[in-house]
Amino acid sequence: MLIAQAVLEGVLVGGFYALMAAGLTLVFGVMDIVNFAIGALIVLGAYLSYTVNVHLHLDPFVSLFITTPIMTVLGFAIYWFLIKPIKTDRVVMSLLTMFAVATLIEGVLDLTFNSGLVQIHASYINNSLKIGGLNFPLIYVLSFLLSAFLLAMLFLVTYRTKFGRSLRASMQNPVAARLVGINTDKVSGITLAIGIGMAAVGGMIFGTTNAFNAASSYDLISRLLVIVILGGFGSVGGALVSAIFMLVVQDVVSVVWSPVWGSTTFYVILIVVLLVRPQGLFGKKGVRAQ
Amino acid sequence: MKNTTSGLGASRYSSHRRRKILWTAAGSALLLGVTTGIAGTSASAATVKPVTIGISVSLSGDFSGDGLATEQGYKVWASVQNSHGGILGRPIKLKFLSDASSPTQVVTNYQKFITSDKVDFVLGPYSTKLTKPASLIASRYKYVMLEGIGGGPSVFSRGLKNVFDVSASATYQLVTFAKWLVATQKPQPVAYATMDDPFIQPMVDFARSYLNAHGFTDALYKVYPAETSDFSPIASSIAATNAKIAILGTMPPDGYAMIQDFIQAKYNPQMLIEASGPDQGSEFVKAVGATNTEGIMVPNTWIAASKNFQNAEMVKTYIKMYGGTADSISADVPEAFSAGQVLAQAVNHLKSLSNPKLQAYLHSGASFVTAQGPVKFIADGENGGATPYVFQWQKGKYVPVLPLKGADKVSPILVNRPDWGTTPGA
Repeated sequence: MLIAQAVLEGVLVGGFYALMAAGLTLVFGVMDIVNFAIGALIVLGAYLSYTVNVHLHLDPFVSLFITTPIMTVLGFAIYWFLIKPIKTDRVVMSLLTMFAVATLIEGVLDLTFNSGLVQIHASYINNSLKIGGLNFPLIYVLSFLLSAFLLAMLFLVTYRTKFGRSLRASMQNPVAARLVGINTDKVSGITLAIGIGMAAVGGMIFGTTNAFNAASSYDLISRLLVIVILGGFGSVGGALVSAIFMLVVQDVVSVVWSPVWGSTTFYVILIVVLLVRPQGLFGKKGVRAQ
Repeated sequence: MKNTTSGLGASRYSSHRRRKILWTAAGSALLLGVTTGIAGTSASAATVKPVTIGISVSLSGDFSGDGLATEQGYKVWASVQNSHGGILGRPIKLKFLSDASSPTQVVTNYQKFITSDKVDFVLGPYSTKLTKPASLIASRYKYVMLEGIGGGPSVFSRGLKNVFDVSASATYQLVTFAKWLVATQKPQPVAYATMDDPFIQPMVDFARSYLNAHGFTDALYKVYPAETSDFSPIASSIAATNAKIAILGTMPPDGYAMIQDFIQAKYNPQMLIEASGPDQGSEFVKAVGATNTEGIMVPNTWIAASKNFQNAEMVKTYIKMYGGTADSISADVPEAFSAGQVLAQAVNHLKSLSNPKLQAYLHSGASFVTAQGPVKFIADGENGGATPYVFQWQKGKYVPVLPLKGADKVSPILVNRPDWGTTPGA
């Protein structure tokens, strides 16, 4: 029963890690940049939800109607004012730019909220459901459902809309996409905006399940990068599968053996997978070589 | 005409002379003023040249919360000590550099303090992790490192002679609780989980060894990496044992998350003690909810209402500088404050700023008084005179409950915690 509980928790927690990683992987797929600021942006999203929760007394999930648009606009602004003007050596320079954005966000949050830990509250956060001997923490269930819904929406946007076609074309071959009239700048801006908008959702979930401060981003970024690398850069489905796989492996090893070996086991599996498939589980080999 | 000319010439001469006199006077006055000023400054500087102390603090990164409290503790000490004449009658000037919780940066910071800033003394950073490399650098340059927040056994097992911890070292922090368990409870299974931190884990391990030696068995023993952010599998494992006693080696975020996971798993141990987290005052209450705090315990080295040396003055100064109440003061504050107190007492006794003399004196068996209680260093630099307390949340208040035979008055311990969500008066 303990192992079944670990699998359940791995799936539930893996769901919202997948959501946080989806933005990262999409941005890389379209723009060829690793958004090193994703951890800081998630923590910013958590602080925004916390502020709305404390000052407007809104439910954390309702707070997303305020925080997500703010973060989406911020994402678009980051692209328009910081990424787009970079004309040479864009991959490296944008990496440094996003690192600077992360440092700036952390500094501003530290000054604004000081370094004490805070957590987002709602009356139901400590509630859980007991079904078939398994314990379903309500906040994890709600977060998983929201993540699944948003990932499904993202999938629909990517594969069933005109913008999605432009997005996929930009991922596959940005030069050819420009040649057939796709405004890749606009696609990139919207993609970064979506990615950072999703960080608002990830931040709210992170903030309800963890006490956090401005420095909490460091643990997040390493985990999310690992998820994206295993899933394959640019693959939303890969992010979902690898996030759930990572959390289930860690949780099961933690209960059966030791939490210290939980992450070690996962990294061993990651190395083996990358030896066999360097592009990750769902990444496309050499797609950028064109 | 001549007269006129002569008159004009005389007038010109007179005017020229007047200007010359004026310039000479002004120049003399300026020279006199500058000379006097320089002399005055020199004299003044000779009498008020501050005693400089370099301290690396973690204002960002993993330890940023505690790092800020550490900095506050040192600043409060400097303020209090300066109001009492500073050190050797000279004001104290603290120099801070942030190390971003990095063992590499902390080394750079102390090297800069010692070789570039040429500070008179250094005081310790936050955590065992940072104190280890910092004390090694200080030792290389023959500087003493007095500290209050880096008491993991690995700090004292390297044979360094320059590092001194004014607080209760990690090994003994949970022993007060373990001794009380042995004295009052029948042997039974205990669930342990601890972060693999060089300060936290020895706390739990030493208590576990003590309890094992007295018939208490392990219901579970789990060590988790410091970067863990999902605690549900650990909490589920503990919950599955249904142990009545849980001893957790936590830092604040994991301590909060673990309680949240226990509530969700409907696991309600009769006795729950966390290494750190419940000592964070209102932050802890907000994180776990006011109705869930009842009976949770935590070891601590300081009592806010204690009559220990300068404790009341420290609390008053802290509130004046940073606001809040005595109960909201982080334990890091008195720990840093006490390190400064011992430095001031030792240097004032020696009447010398020599670090080698200071080191010899601290090793001499001399006794000191601090806001946390008495300090007397044993051979490896640990404080042999420290008294670890145990605090417990009772009816929304954070009260000392152990040791029963200590110098300070304690409240009766609540042995059986009530159900989650039922803190009386919350």
